[in-house]
Amino acid sequence: MAAVQDGPIEPEPENEIKTEASNEFPGNPGDASGGVPPTAPVAAVATEKPAAAATDSTERQTLLAVLQFLKKSKLFESEEILRREAGLLNETGDSQGAAPGGAGLGGGGGAEPESGDASSVLSRVAGAVAVAQSANATPAPAKVAPVVTGGEDQPDVNVVLAAYSQQGDPVLYPVYYSGLKRFIDSVLDCHRAELSQVFYPLFVHMYLELVYNQYEKEAKAFFDKFHGDQECYYKDDLRILSGLTKSEHMKGNETLLDFRTSKFVLRISRDSYQLLKRHLQERQNNQIWNIIQEHLYIDIFDGMPRSKGQIDSMSGSLAGEAKREANKAKVFYGLLKEPEIEVPLDDEDEEAENEEGKPKKKKPKKDSTGSKSKKQDPNAPQQSRIPLPELKDSDKLDKIMNMKEATKRVRLGPESLPSICFYTFLNAYQGLTAVDFTDDSSLVAGGFADSTVRVWSVTPKKLRGVKTAGDLSLIDKDSDDVLERIMDEKTASESKNLYGHSGPVYGISFSPDRNYLLSCSEDATVRLWSLQTFTCLVGYKGHNYPVWDTQFSPYGYYFISGGHDRVARLWATDHYQPLRMFSGHLADVTCTRFHPNSNYVATGSADRTIRLWDVLNGNCVRIFTGHKGPIHCLAFSPNGKFLASGATDGRVLLWDIGHGLMIGELKGHTDTVYALKFSRDGEILASGSMDNTVRLWDTVKAFDDIETDDFTAATGHITLPENSQELLLGSYMTKSTPVIHLHFTRRNLLLGAGAYNP
Amino acid sequence: MAEERRSKLSNTLLPTESMKAIAESIGVSQMQEETCQVLSEEVSYRIKEILQDSLKFMHHGKRRKLMTSDIDYALKLKNVEPLYGFHAQEFIPFRFASGGGRELYFYEEKEVDLSDIINTPLPRVPLDVSMKAHWLSIEGVQPAIPENPPPAPKEQQKAESTEPLKAVKPGQEEEGQLQGKDKKKLLEGSAMKLKPRSTHELSVEQQLYYKEITEACVGSCEAKRAEALQSIATDPGLYQMLPRFSTFISEGVRVNVVQNNLALLIYLMRMVKALMDNPTLYLEKYLHELIPAVVTCIVSRQLCLRPDVDNHWALRDFAARLMAQSCKTFSTTTNNIQSRITKTFTKSWLDEKTQWTTRYGCIAGLAELGHDVIKTLIIPRLQVEGSRIKAVNEGPIIGNIDKIGADHVQSLLLKHCAPVIAKVRCPPDNQEQYRVEYGYLGPMLCTHVVKARAQAAMQAQQVNRTTLTITQPRPTLTLSQGAQSSRTPSIIKVPSSITLPMQTLVSARPSTPTQPSPPPTKFIVMSSSTGSTTTQQVITLSSAQSSVTSTSPVTSTVPSLQPLVKLEGGHTQGAGPLSGGGGASRTMQKYIVVSLPPAGDNKTLTPSLESNSATSVKLERDDSPATGNQSPQPSH
Repeated sequence: MAAVQDGPIEPEPENEIKTEASNEFPGNPGDASGGVPPTAPVAAVATEKPAAAATDSTERQTLLAVLQFLKKSKLFESEEILRREAGLLNETGDSQGAAPGGAGLGGGGGAEPESGDASSVLSRVAGAVAVAQSANATPAPAKVAPVVTGGEDQPDVNVVLAAYSQQGDPVLYPVYYSGLKRFIDSVLDCHRAELSQVFYPLFVHMYLELVYNQYEKEAKAFFDKFHGDQECYYKDDLRILSGLTKSEHMKGNETLLDFRTSKFVLRISRDSYQLLKRHLQERQNNQIWNIIQEHLYIDIFDGMPRSKGQIDSMSGSLAGEAKREANKAKVFYGLLKEPEIEVPLDDEDEEAENEEGKPKKKKPKKDSTGSKSKKQDPNAPQQSRIPLPELKDSDKLDKIMNMKEATKRVRLGPESLPSICFYTFLNAYQGLTAVDFTDDSSLVAGGFADSTVRVWSVTPKKLRGVKTAGDLSLIDKDSDDVLERIMDEKTASESKNLYGHSGPVYGISFSPDRNYLLSCSEDATVRLWSLQTFTCLVGYKGHNYPVWDTQFSPYGYYFISGGHDRVARLWATDHYQPLRMFSGHLADVTCTRFHPNSNYVATGSADRTIRLWDVLNGNCVRIFTGHKGPIHCLAFSPNGKFLASGATDGRVLLWDIGHGLMIGELKGHTDTVYALKFSRDGEILASGSMDNTVRLWDTVKAFDDIETDDFTAATGHITLPENSQELLLGSYMTKSTPVIHLHFTRRNLLLGAGAYNP
Repeated sequence: MAEERRSKLSNTLLPTESMKAIAESIGVSQMQEETCQVLSEEVSYRIKEILQDSLKFMHHGKRRKLMTSDIDYALKLKNVEPLYGFHAQEFIPFRFASGGGRELYFYEEKEVDLSDIINTPLPRVPLDVSMKAHWLSIEGVQPAIPENPPPAPKEQQKAESTEPLKAVKPGQEEEGQLQGKDKKKLLEGSAMKLKPRSTHELSVEQQLYYKEITEACVGSCEAKRAEALQSIATDPGLYQMLPRFSTFISEGVRVNVVQNNLALLIYLMRMVKALMDNPTLYLEKYLHELIPAVVTCIVSRQLCLRPDVDNHWALRDFAARLMAQSCKTFSTTTNNIQSRITKTFTKSWLDEKTQWTTRYGCIAGLAELGHDVIKTLIIPRLQVEGSRIKAVNEGPIIGNIDKIGADHVQSLLLKHCAPVIAKVRCPPDNQEQYRVEYGYLGPMLCTHVVKARAQAAMQAQQVNRTTLTITQPRPTLTLSQGAQSSRTPSIIKVPSSITLPMQTLVSARPSTPTQPSPPPTKFIVMSSSTGSTTTQQVITLSSAQSSVTSTSPVTSTVPSLQPLVKLEGGHTQGAGPLSGGGGASRTMQKYIVVSLPPAGDNKTLTPSLESNSATSVKLERDDSPATGNQSPQPSH
């Protein structure tokens, strides 16, 4: 992102901001280059942290680097001591509190949680070395060399790139590469698949080095010769690379910056790694060895090397696989206890009590104690882990309705498939871009490319707005049906238009109480609309670029948005600035979903990873890799344990949140999957795609089939069963209508929506 | 996967000539080659970058097509001013020109006469977005309703019927291609194809439907019939019932020919037409039943009880058109339908003893097959036929029937041969010369040819005009269609052929209480084809009592000369071929302008357009009336 703005347009103020940012967060120097738009209100991130002490930033960085080194060398005690002495306790939370996921806290912006620090420090070092500046290098352990520099403190784009200014005979590059290729081809089968992972990052970095050093012809020849060897799922990135032929181009290219600022993560078994290391050292192949050391992060594990299939299922993301530690944090994926409202009378009393002026804090407390007496799901977060809005009377009524409906719910399964009712949008020539249903399926909202948002009522009940102020003053306020009287019958209609955006509306979401509607758009705003007055209430400005998706929390009040600026933001409806910023994705955040317990947020991105963020502290607690294309939809299972994701590659992947593992792959769609939804009881997953089909999958079987033994959980090596065909329960073709939204009613009727596209 | 891997990524660059051309266009001349080179690399890279960004917008817009607006947004992302004025709705009509060793693609901007635009009535406001619900699946089963795609796609039906071997012995052909590369897949494939072929059991609902439909099709209520035919022509779930329908038609024709029941024969032919119009059905497997029935209706010696009064000629014309259509759709090198049909027709035509009725049928059948057939088979025989007609007309009066027959054959020949001769012969049209060449029919032919030429000239002039008058945005066209059919602008085709047979029916049995028919409606079907010729036809649908024989010639003056609307009164007695032209003062009229989107859409109409404009025009005419019936176009 930084790169985008780095063009001719006012580069100066930007630099200023950058320095500011780095002064404030010395812990995360990777910030600016890591993808956060520098102009973003960085201050908002600081909700957790006190504004950084005015310690000299260079000194702190030195300290940090040392800490990093200690940690790498597993000298935890000394690290702890040093930390305490240096008074860097708040950083503890940073790099250790969330264990590996550390640096992500508060939107620190380190691309990979850990390497956010290390890599940027490193790249600066590398740059410094190249420019032959003096640097006091510490002896490095096998893989990374965290070094301390005294020089410049900001990894400017140029510096990042400067890491490439290495000397080396360009003619020898193909020789090196094919030498390595020959070596890897000749090793034992079991190691070959693992070592082959090195090819792609190596190829890219070698190519970039050639381009940077202005060996254009050689670079082109190198690319032509070897790009065919790369895995096909890197094709999109290769296409971008192929266009990049001049060193001037490298400055503004985001993809390239991603590659540079974040280390490509590989998981290789110790044996394979030793093999590679020995080979490279024997051959004195420093060129390749340098690249591996500087640009790759090799996550070594003990045990059997992985098979080709295992590797393929996990790779594909922009920056390699997730590190093992990245998925180790504990996630409370259980559901919150439902407040007891079986006896409505009782509850109303309680509510009345509360309203009468008891401090608000009391309620959650009560809840949590109450739930403990019942058997609490051990995986559920504390009821009061994040403050949730109190239930209103209307919410309770709705819950009761919900429960009533639930008793009439159809039990689904392979034997009893759901009926599908499809809502086709006709005459939507301007382009339907987003759809949402309310939870009780009474309203439908559509976002269109012509900036409009429309709301339909799908029940016979028409949409009514509140009367105008003048008319309202005439109403008898004491009458029983005052709530009825304030509604304007005259203007009631089946659909209402909401005007306000100035660009295509890409995401839309109803609040759980059906009073509000959120929409986000290309115009970089998120808007909150009232469904009482059908007017816009707030425009949330914070994203500087198109906002791709937004969603209300299942408990209302909070909402999440994500956009082209690579940051997902958590908002509360009554704050005009975001409460949290989740940064770490290397490309656009394309979709955002709340966990059913509202304590976590999942984001899918164009960097082909999915991240799970903790709402409480902003940490990234899960990174899922395995998709081969930008992710366009996510869905949590109703029990909160599983996550499903769909991408442009047409595959749907299933994830176990607790273990942080991929547990299933559903193949069948031939085009982007835009809609995913679990049935109310979670037995069936429905997926809708650009290929005009709705498919139903047997999730019970998919989840049962996997056996997550301790070994798999510990190593993260998964073998996916090839059973997509068995899991597919049905495939229903629409008539030239891409499916862009799916929704299960409370009785488990499946609703679909899409625009007829002749 | 392997293939994907092999696909080459190449770094394409804009040619340096473009750089030069662009530089010249903004007044920078004499660019150095080196500069151009650097520029083109830079520009190519930037363009790629922008395109990659605009793809994001396409994906989020949930489209497969990249739009100009996506590029605008991508430019905005880079803080670049978007390009204004490039909101092409459809394709960008680049024209190609070459000459002087240069190839050029340019955007053609026509000169537009403002007064034409001002005088054109405003296009209708496009319909608002609306939402329609339907059942995509009911407890796991997809119901066969028009909103859902057909259960057995047409391609599959076609594959099953045209390549039965492939279906029975799967993998034979594939084996060659695969070479055991992927044996597992092969095995799976065979397992898949062993599933039982389509069963022919009908559900209770389907049986009920079949009964209702067949009864309505041959019943006395015209409104019901129209509905039934509409259903046959559009319903996607009829695949299972196709064998029943085809038997029904074939048996029906067999019985009713013997009984000379003209009305029923017409109904059955309309069913055939409706079946052929159904976009989800592939009739190949049932041609053995349908073709004999259709051919019977073309050439049978007697089709009605009173051959001197009843208009069985229209039925023959109609059936001939059906025949031609099925030839075009289904004729392959293996079944040779077209050549077999041609032989049949020719054989009975050449027979001296053939009656006038059959003779008429044979000629009509041949003529509908296209210009080439007319040129090679009919025109050489004009002289012979002319003398035969002469014998009837000038010889001793044998019977009224023969006289009528000869008259019809004569007008038929004139109608079909004139356009062909107009194309084949070079202008000076000399009556004497024609007499020498074509015998008795020569002089008449000559006048027809002259007319045909005049028409062609008129059309050529009107090319621009046509494109102008149609300012309907494309959405409006498809509107009435809704989600009903997957074929793009095919509303024009959806309905069945009501015009001709209905008129003849009415005339045949004047006593039948006619349904309250809508006021006469006119359709102007305009299509601007890709080529230089633009056809424009005036279509008349006068559903009230017009007298025998008259209407078909009226409509057959196609392609019409009239630029705009030809008016014809609703209750007037049959107008002559051109008499409607000046009748602007007659009673109230309706006309509806239906514009066919240019280019590719023509192909969807019928493949016949290219080869035989006359045929296609008529097909369209048959189609259009019902469009009016169902489309919400405002009439005035």
